[in-house]
Amino acid sequence: MDVLYSSRPLWAVLVSMIAAFLILATGEKNRNIRESWTIMAAVAKFLIVFSMVPVILQGKVIEYTIVTFYPGLLLQFRIDAFGMLFGVIASSLWIATSFYSIGYVRGLNEHAQTRYFFAFAMCLSSTIGIAFSANLLTFLVFYEILTIATYPLVIHKESKEGIMGGRKYLAYTLTAGCVLLFAIAMIYHMTGTLDFKAGGFMADSGGSSAVLIMLFAMLIFGFGVKAGLMPMHEWLPTAMVAPTPVSALLHAVAVVKAGVFGCLRVILFVFGPGLLHDLGVWLIMAYIASFTIVVAGFLALGQDHLKRRLAFSTINNLAMIILGAALLTKSSMTGGIIHMANHAFMKITLFFCAGALHVKAHKDYVSQLDGIGRQMPLTMGAFAIAAIGLSGIPPMSGFISKWFLCLGALEANQIIFLFVFMTSAMLDVAFFFPIIYNSFFKKPLDDVTPHFDEAPMFMVIPLVITALLSIVFGIVPDAFFRFFSMTSLAVQNILGVG
Amino acid sequence: MAEQFAALIIVVPLIASLFVPVIGWWKKRLCYPWVVAVLIIPLISSLSILNTVMTTGKFSYRLAGWAPPWGIEYVLDHLSAFVLVIVSFISLMVAIYSKKSVQDNLPEKTVPFYTLFLLLVTGLMGIVITGDVFNLFVFLEISALSCYALIAIGEEGAPMAAFNYIIIGTIGACFYLLGIGYLYIATGSLNMADLANILPPLYDSKVILVAFAFFTVGLAVKAGLFPMHTWLPDAYCTAPSAVSALIAPLMTKVAAYVMIRLMFTVFQPHFSIEIVPVFTILGWLAVMAIVWGGIKALAQTDLKRMLVYVVVAEVGYIVIGVSVANRLGLTGAILHIMNDAVMMACLFLVTGAILYKTGTREIHQLSHLNKKMPFTMAAFTITALSMVGIPPACGFFSKWYLILGTIEAGQWFWAAALLCSSLINAVLFFRVIECAYLKPMEPAYAHDGGETIHEEIQRDEAPFTMLVPIVIMAAGVILLGIFSGKIISSVIQFAVPASF
Repeated sequence: MDVLYSSRPLWAVLVSMIAAFLILATGEKNRNIRESWTIMAAVAKFLIVFSMVPVILQGKVIEYTIVTFYPGLLLQFRIDAFGMLFGVIASSLWIATSFYSIGYVRGLNEHAQTRYFFAFAMCLSSTIGIAFSANLLTFLVFYEILTIATYPLVIHKESKEGIMGGRKYLAYTLTAGCVLLFAIAMIYHMTGTLDFKAGGFMADSGGSSAVLIMLFAMLIFGFGVKAGLMPMHEWLPTAMVAPTPVSALLHAVAVVKAGVFGCLRVILFVFGPGLLHDLGVWLIMAYIASFTIVVAGFLALGQDHLKRRLAFSTINNLAMIILGAALLTKSSMTGGIIHMANHAFMKITLFFCAGALHVKAHKDYVSQLDGIGRQMPLTMGAFAIAAIGLSGIPPMSGFISKWFLCLGALEANQIIFLFVFMTSAMLDVAFFFPIIYNSFFKKPLDDVTPHFDEAPMFMVIPLVITALLSIVFGIVPDAFFRFFSMTSLAVQNILGVG
Repeated sequence: MAEQFAALIIVVPLIASLFVPVIGWWKKRLCYPWVVAVLIIPLISSLSILNTVMTTGKFSYRLAGWAPPWGIEYVLDHLSAFVLVIVSFISLMVAIYSKKSVQDNLPEKTVPFYTLFLLLVTGLMGIVITGDVFNLFVFLEISALSCYALIAIGEEGAPMAAFNYIIIGTIGACFYLLGIGYLYIATGSLNMADLANILPPLYDSKVILVAFAFFTVGLAVKAGLFPMHTWLPDAYCTAPSAVSALIAPLMTKVAAYVMIRLMFTVFQPHFSIEIVPVFTILGWLAVMAIVWGGIKALAQTDLKRMLVYVVVAEVGYIVIGVSVANRLGLTGAILHIMNDAVMMACLFLVTGAILYKTGTREIHQLSHLNKKMPFTMAAFTITALSMVGIPPACGFFSKWYLILGTIEAGQWFWAAALLCSSLINAVLFFRVIECAYLKPMEPAYAHDGGETIHEEIQRDEAPFTMLVPIVIMAAGVILLGIFSGKIISSVIQFAVPASF
C-alpha cells in the first residue's frame, strides 16, 4: 500500500487545540471573537481533513509519526479509509454544531460559555486524533483525553444532577481506560507491536485461545463503555443532563462513535475476522449486540424525557453498527460502517430538534409536544425526516444501512439477526412515530403558539441542513463526502487481507 | 571541566549555607536572593554533567586527588546524573517559591530556615553523587538532621512529628550503618565499585546476607515504604509549606535511588533477584503501600494530609518497578522517580499557595478557587490528571512502563494494584476539582441569589514568586510526558543496569 508522509493529520488535530487556547485567552468579554475562533477552527479542520479524502480514495494511506518511545511503541497517525470516514463525519458535523451551539448557549444565556467552547474544541481535537490513530497506544492516548475533555461538558450545569452524572460518567470511562491500558500493555508484551492492520495482527501472537478471548473481552469492555454497549450503557442516559449540542455532537457522534470506532478497530483491525471466526467469539459478540439493540429499543419506548428517549435510540443504533461488524461478512461490515455516517447525520438532527424545542418552547418531554409542529414546522419537519430515516424507510439514508445489515445477516446464515434488525426497525417506528403524529396532528396544547414561531436561525439552519443531507445520502450514498466509497474501500482492505 | 562541576555541586551549597547566618546578620532580606543565586550553580553543574555523561559516558571525580578505594570518589553515570538534575531543579524551584511563605509564616526563623535548606539540598545531592557507601551515610545524616530541624519549625504539632521522625529515621540510619559495618568487616572496602568487585565470591556468606537485610530495611524506613511509613504523614504534613514541597518530592525518591544503587550496582542483580528473594517481599509491601496509602488518602478532608498519603502510595509505585526486576519495570521506576518528583512538587507547591492565600487546606472550603486562583488551579488540575494517568501528562508514561514490567514478570496482582491506584487517584483528585470548580457557595454567603455571586469573586492569585515555579512544574508535567520517549532513549535506558 502506498504511504504518503504528510503533517496534515497533525494539523487536523492541532487546529482545534490551538483554537481551544485562543478561546480561553479571549474569554467572555469578547464573545464574538471567541465564537469566531470556534467557527474558524471548525472550518479549517474540515478543510484539512477533507483535503486528504482524494488521496485516501486512491488507496493510499497518509502517515505522520509524532514521537517514538521505544521500538514498536510510538505515537503515530495513519489515515486509512475507515479512519477517514470517522474523521470526515466528526469534522463536518462540528461545523454544524458550532453554529448551533452559538444559538443554543446565547438563546439560554448559559453560564461558563468560555469553558464550554474550550472543552468542545478539545473534544474535537481528540476525536480526530482517535480517527487518525495508527496504533492502539495513540488511540488510547486520545481516547483518555476525550474522556477528560468531555467531563466539563457533562457537568456543565453544575447542578446536583449534573455533578452526579459527571461522577457516573468518570467512573465508567476511567475504569474502562484502566482495563484498556492493561489489555494494550498485554498485547504489546505478546506481539511487540500495536499497529492496526486491516484484517488483524493478533493471529500471529501465539497466545492461547483463553488469553486471546480474555484480551478481546477486555478491549470490547473498554471501548464498549463509550459505545453504550449493554450492560455498560448506564452513563449515557444520565449524561443527557449536558447541554443539547453536547448530547448532539458528543453523545450521538464523537464520543460514542469513538467507542464504536474502537470496537470496530478491535474486531476488524486488531483481531481480524479470521481469528474471531476461529475463536468463535464473533457469535457471542453478535448476541450481546443484539441484546442491546432489542432491550434499548424497548427501554426507549418507556422514556417520556425526549433526550433520554433519543439516548436509548443511540444505544440501539450503536449496537447495530457493532453487530454489523461482528457478523464478519462483507455486506454486514459495509452496512455497519456506512451506518456510522448515516446514524451520525440523522441522530444529530434529532438532538438539534430536541435542543430547539428546549430553547424556544421550553419543552423537554414527549408528552408536551402536542401540536408543536404548527409553531415550529421546520424543526419538527427535520425531526420527522430523521426519525423516519432511523426507522429504515427509504429514501432516507437509514434504509441503505439497514439493507446492507440485513443482507449481511443472510450472508452469515444467521436468520435470527435478520429478525433482530426487523424488530429494531419496528421499535424505531413505535417510539418515533407517536412524536411525529402528536406534534403535527394533535390539537395544540395551551402553551403552544399556533402560528409560525421558530427557534433562532443559528439553530434551525444547521438542523435543516443535516436533515436534508440524510435524504441526499439515502438517494446518492456517495454524495459530497464520499462516505460510500470510503466504506467499500475499508471493507475491501479488511477482507483483502483476512 | 565537567569533573570540576562534580565537586561544585556539593561544595557550593555547603559553603554557601555557612554564609547564610553572616548575610542574615547583616541584612535578613538578602538571604533569599543568596540562596536562589547559589542554587543556580548546582543546576547548571548537574545539567553540564548530564550532558557530559550522555556524550562521553560515565566518569568519576576523586576528592582531593586520593585514589579509590581509599579516597572518596564521586561517580557520575547516567542514573546519578539524571537524579542530580531532578534534585537540583526542584530545589531551585522550591527556593524561588519559598520567598513569601517564609516571609509571612517564619519571619523570625528566616536565617535558620535558609541555612538548613541549603544543608538539606547538599545532603540530598551528596547521596546521589557519591560512590562510597560510608560517605553516602554521612550525606544521609546531613540531609536527615537538617530535615528534622526544618520540620520542627512548622505548625502546631510539628515538634512532636519531628521527634517521631528523629526516632524512626535514626533507627533507619543505624540499620544502614550496621549494614556498612558488616560489609566492611567482610570486604575491607567502602567504595561501591570496589565492593562490586569483591562481593560476588562472598555471596553465600551469612555476613553479607545480614548486611543486605540491614540495608534493605534501613532504606525502606528512609523511603517511607509501608509498613515503615508511620513517621511520614505527620512529619510531611506539619512541616512548613516550602519544606514539604522540598522533602515530599525528593527525600523518598532519593532513598529509592539509593535502593536501586545498592541492589543493582553494589550487589549484582542476580544476587538481589536469585539469592535473596527480597523483591517478592518488597513488591508485596509496595502493593500494600499503594492500597493503604490510597485508602488513608480517601479518608482525609485536609488537602495536604491527603497528598501526604498519596506520597506513601507513590513510593509503592517506584518499589514495584524495582521489584519486578526487569528492564521495563526499572525503566518505569526511574522514569517515575522523575515524574513523581515533578508532580508531587507541583501539588505541594499548589497546596502551599492555597494555604497562603486562603488560610485553609480543608478540601470542602476550596469552593470557587478556580475564579480566585485560575492559574494555580489549572496547574493543580493538570497535575491531578497526570496522577490519574491521563496522557499526554507524564504520569501515564511511567504507569505504562510499570505495567509492562509487571506483565513481563507475570505479577498480575501488582498490575492490578497499579490500575486500582489510578482509579483511587481519580476519586481523590476529582473530589478536589469538583470542590474547587463546581461546589456552590456555602448557604451563608449565597442568600442573595446564585448569579450575582459569580460577579463578586475577585481574582486573587498567588504571588508571582509562588506562581512561577507552580506554572513551570505544571508545564513540566506535560512536557516530560511528551518527551518521555526522548528521555528514555537518551538517558534512562543507559541508567538501567546493563545485565537486564
